[in-house]
Amino acid sequence: MNGYGGSILRVDLTSGKVSKQPTPAEVAQKFIGGRGFGAYFLYTEVPAHADPLGPENKLIVSSGPLSGLMVPGAGKCDWTTKSPLTGGYASSSLGGHFTAEMRYAGIDSIIFEGISARPVYLVIDDDKIQLLDAASYWGRGTIEVEVALKEKHGEDFQVAVIGPGGENGVLFACINHDYGREAGRGGVGTVMGAKGLKAIVIRGTKSIPVADMDEYRKAGMALYRACIEAEGLKPWQTYGTTIVTSWCDEVGALPTRNFSAGSFEGGSKIYGAVMRDEIVITDKGCFGCPCPCGKYSHMKRYGTYVEGPEYETIGMLGSNVGLADIQAVAQANLLCDDLGIDTISAGGVIGWAMECFEKGILTTKDTDGLELRFGNTEAVFKLIEMIAYRKGLGALLAQGVKRAAQQVGKGSDKFAIHVKGMEQSAYATHNATAMLLAYMTCDVGAHHNRSWAITYDLQVGRDLVVPEKVARIIWLQDFRPMFDVLGSCRLQWVELGIDRDLYVPVLAAITGVHRTWKDLEEVGARIWNLTRMFWARENEGFGREWDLPATRFYEDPPTTGVTAGQITKLEDVQRLLDMYYEQRGWSENGLPTPETLERLGLRSMIAA
Amino acid sequence: MRLYADSAKCCGCRSCLVACSLNLFTENNPRKAALRIVPHFPEPGVYEVKVCTQCGECAEVCPTGAIQLNERGAYHVVADLCDLCGACESVCPEGVMFVRAELAEHSWKCDLCGGCVQVCGTAALWIADEKTN
Repeated sequence: MNGYGGSILRVDLTSGKVSKQPTPAEVAQKFIGGRGFGAYFLYTEVPAHADPLGPENKLIVSSGPLSGLMVPGAGKCDWTTKSPLTGGYASSSLGGHFTAEMRYAGIDSIIFEGISARPVYLVIDDDKIQLLDAASYWGRGTIEVEVALKEKHGEDFQVAVIGPGGENGVLFACINHDYGREAGRGGVGTVMGAKGLKAIVIRGTKSIPVADMDEYRKAGMALYRACIEAEGLKPWQTYGTTIVTSWCDEVGALPTRNFSAGSFEGGSKIYGAVMRDEIVITDKGCFGCPCPCGKYSHMKRYGTYVEGPEYETIGMLGSNVGLADIQAVAQANLLCDDLGIDTISAGGVIGWAMECFEKGILTTKDTDGLELRFGNTEAVFKLIEMIAYRKGLGALLAQGVKRAAQQVGKGSDKFAIHVKGMEQSAYATHNATAMLLAYMTCDVGAHHNRSWAITYDLQVGRDLVVPEKVARIIWLQDFRPMFDVLGSCRLQWVELGIDRDLYVPVLAAITGVHRTWKDLEEVGARIWNLTRMFWARENEGFGREWDLPATRFYEDPPTTGVTAGQITKLEDVQRLLDMYYEQRGWSENGLPTPETLERLGLRSMIAA
Repeated sequence: MRLYADSAKCCGCRSCLVACSLNLFTENNPRKAALRIVPHFPEPGVYEVKVCTQCGECAEVCPTGAIQLNERGAYHVVADLCDLCGACESVCPEGVMFVRAELAEHSWKCDLCGGCVQVCGTAALWIADEKTN
């Protein structure tokens, strides 16, 4: 098959057996690759009601047909599993250089199954594949282990590694790569830790064949040209994702003190311009990217280095916990990376714990003496460590905000900011109905990347509850995640505004199969519905209730900032869902109808 | 004319390496490129770019005369004449003369095609005359 590495690598950690099978052509035809492969293998191979941390769950790593090629941003791979955080579908995208090595080693997906009796790590050097003893690396931070593994195996190997968070069962543990790129969300690192897999070390040196070399080079170069000539290139390269921090603050979308407001009085101290001036030393790009959003920073005060912080981290470990200090935010970012926990969820649970403390629901008796007030930098640092090692209050928070609030009670669930158990990422959605709906219906829980609509809300009217808004969300959900299927980044389209039709000829030239965006969006809808059915299969009583947003966004308006006094009423939230389900072809309870499954070619898979 | 690199501008994306392998070999393979990016992470956090200066030392030591000037005034490898002896690689001051029997049947180096410059989004690479650069 043109455009594919050609093999699926299966690693049975229980037996230590490693095997390869040809990439199934019919799966490639229906699901294309990347996140599509992840969804397919998850649904068909993980038995119903499998324990996410047990041997039956699988961790599926997939590149896409564009990965590793001369296509801007072709450095993305997908990590799919049954989430220990949410009990549903988890799919987290990893940038950097890992996916390119997979492709150059001829591998489309790696499927990890079983559980190893002792810590191991996997080494892939083209076709030489072995599991090695990881006892000496277990318990150590991601940064030093990556250094050690590169020293041992060679600087031209790429490494994906978990930290103590993943080893200790923090339910939002991440996987770290290239000193600061993460597969961050949903506990993919937790599953890796439960499997006893410390790291994956990979190098590929084979060439990737394509169907039509001349056309591919022409179309690939046209994409590069469009990026390099784009007006937005310079500012995007300069600030990366932090370009939105000041805008979010101005429009009331910057999560502040556990999403109790959307504007932060200390915001200007964590804006992108401040970060660029104060700490950024190098731009750091994922594979093939002409417009690197990655920023590498040096925090002089702490004598440390980190990749980032990204906007999401600035929102969640900055304003959301009350830190108005870019160096402190960057240091908190580094602690999370090194300990292997997701910065977004960490900021979510810490923000919630701080609000509990401010309200007297938690006291110094619960916090080992920590004064857990918003803005307390040392408390943030200490709590990150307590979470990673599940010590004291950290053990409670390591379970995620939904479970923590259930255990603490006293009304704290009203300000537990999550959907389906996943902490909401860094857009405050007070009276921003499109973005709110995007979070409510996102396939992994409250994450922004499937459908990023906060600017759209501002353009068309933030409080509108109309079918057009819902249609826009559905279109974005079907279209944007296709980049995760193709194995490249969406930000060239989102941020530089390049014509998405430029991808059509390059994909055709690589795979030999001509697909329009309409075709691709149908694949997007197929995956969206399949993963919805996965949620339903795994969770008894799954349905509409699960799509409700955090209570705060319909009951508890901010008292400060530009969104003061603004919420979306619960009846409007329900109207959004009514329209969404109708347009999706789902029942009133939010489940795909048999006709919808039939239309998307999923009926037989679901029935099986 | 020669290729120049400003390491401080490099973001380590490796687009240049793929473009280079496509021009030299008509293959997608960053390991068959004629320039190198050496990352220095986690500290001090910089990418070091190594490019051919067209100094010609490789051509001088080549016992088979396989390294010759092309129409762009760059030294390039005439594939049929190369016997992979490795003399060129050992004298290259920048480490950008490549002899890898497992990857190719002849050595390779920068022939100044400019493919790398075209895909570099951070303007870290450019071609200029040595006198005017």
